[in-house]
Amino acid sequence: MKVEAPEFEIEPLGEDCAIISLGNVISEDVNRRAVSIAESIGSSGFEGLIEASPAYSSVAVYFDPLKARSEAITPFEIVKAVLEHIVRSVEIPVESEARAHEVPVRFGGEAGPDLDEVAERRGLASDDVAEIFLSRTYRVYMLGFLPGFPYLGTLDQRIATSRKATPRTLVPAGSVGIAGSQTGIYPFDSPGGWQLIGRTDLAVFDPVAAEPAMFRPGDTVRFVEAS
Amino acid sequence: MSLKIAKPGILDTVQDLGRTGYRELGVNPGGAADRNAVRILNTLLGNREGAAAIEMHFPAATIEFETDSVIAVGGAHFRPQLEGLSIPEWTSLPVKKGETLSFAGKKYGARLYLAVRGGIETEQWLGSASTNLFVKAGGAGGRRLEKGDVLRIGIENAFGPSGLRAGRTLTERFLRRPVLRVTEGPENDLLTAFSANSFETEEFEVRPDSNRMGVRLEGPALHTVDDTDLVSSAVAPGTVQLLPDGSPLILGADSQTTGGYPRIARIVSADLSIAAQASPGDRVRFRVVSLEEAYAAMCRFEKDLSFLRLGLRFRAP
Repeated sequence: MKVEAPEFEIEPLGEDCAIISLGNVISEDVNRRAVSIAESIGSSGFEGLIEASPAYSSVAVYFDPLKARSEAITPFEIVKAVLEHIVRSVEIPVESEARAHEVPVRFGGEAGPDLDEVAERRGLASDDVAEIFLSRTYRVYMLGFLPGFPYLGTLDQRIATSRKATPRTLVPAGSVGIAGSQTGIYPFDSPGGWQLIGRTDLAVFDPVAAEPAMFRPGDTVRFVEAS
Repeated sequence: MSLKIAKPGILDTVQDLGRTGYRELGVNPGGAADRNAVRILNTLLGNREGAAAIEMHFPAATIEFETDSVIAVGGAHFRPQLEGLSIPEWTSLPVKKGETLSFAGKKYGARLYLAVRGGIETEQWLGSASTNLFVKAGGAGGRRLEKGDVLRIGIENAFGPSGLRAGRTLTERFLRRPVLRVTEGPENDLLTAFSANSFETEEFEVRPDSNRMGVRLEGPALHTVDDTDLVSSAVAPGTVQLLPDGSPLILGADSQTTGGYPRIARIVSADLSIAAQASPGDRVRFRVVSLEEAYAAMCRFEKDLSFLRLGLRFRAP
């Protein structure tokens, strides 16, 4: 049986960046493909490659245009041809570096000031929100917003809650928040608009560690209630 | 070999050309907002192009040299003075131990750079001396410079040139009325025809809440053909995002690595320095160019910079 290669599109974001788009969706399969395409590009180490970084359903490839020169076509066109070849060769997504994490969380109170609001808006008891939240294993779709901030999904629809109308000016480091059907962990004290349901004492980002970020795209996360 | 912050400015940090390879961890490259200024100044001093320099906003710091050195300043125009006497910009100048560099007033531009022969030597984080204020890493302990801070000056190329000036082909771009050339972004087609036209023909004013994260603009509201929610994807310095209120935002050196607003354009690399120097109240325009034109502009700058480098090599003692 012949499997049709899924669609993709490669567009420039300026002179030094090519965006590989796999569709405007949040889906585990599409993200798995994005993560393995980024890995393949990284290990290809083509001339001029700076880095390849996956997002939900796309991969950003940064390159040095001065190292991809030709008389006939632009550096972007050269890189695009290389990338088309790589994307087509990634048939079965493999995530070689994916790891499983366990994150202890304290719910409600000062640690999760929005837990009660989320419960009220979703017509649940606060304990139910925590229980539903703990029942799933989440995928790290990507890191962004702040160094080490994991975009995790997807939440049980019963507890999916939109962002706060007015963002907080200070969200404490370690806060676990909800935004729509995503959840995430704030690595630093920072402004933020997600609904805060709890907090972890784990250092999600440690600048002096050999591997500063606790998570990588493709990892899985299970939350447990902190004792 | 060192210099001392005698009096701090409003926001002085150590910056080089930033760090790459960590975007998948959400770590932006950071670094000097006006990269080309740092590259020109370091070239003038015979340094590596990416040697660390001090980035200053206005009011800028007063700096005392604790040893004889050679310096060059450029970027924004803050009326630089050595021992109270005006000094030229984009020129490598010898300074004596005990002399003081200060800035008398802001003419225009947002960020000025002080480069020193041998480069500023500070703590590196992920391969760069650039200060990341959020992570509190890189540069002077990951923070802005404070009174009494002593920064070490490197001893590399101690016999590099002095008294040399960068040509106008490299520096005059800072003086022109800012028309920022852009290439079309991935979501450019979301703009209505009317708004796509406004983007190119109208003037936008730089808002006071602009900073190293981005230049916020005010002008005619731009509209998209539909309000489809976009799944977050990559953004980079120079990306022009369209915010929900219809105003454009030019992302800066400290921008996030991903974003969910339409990426309508990206500033061409040759003009990124001009965008980085846009100051509250300034008015900017955009002109959409082809990718070919953007590459041609990039190559022109690289060529001018390599001429400067070669010229210095022949004139060096």
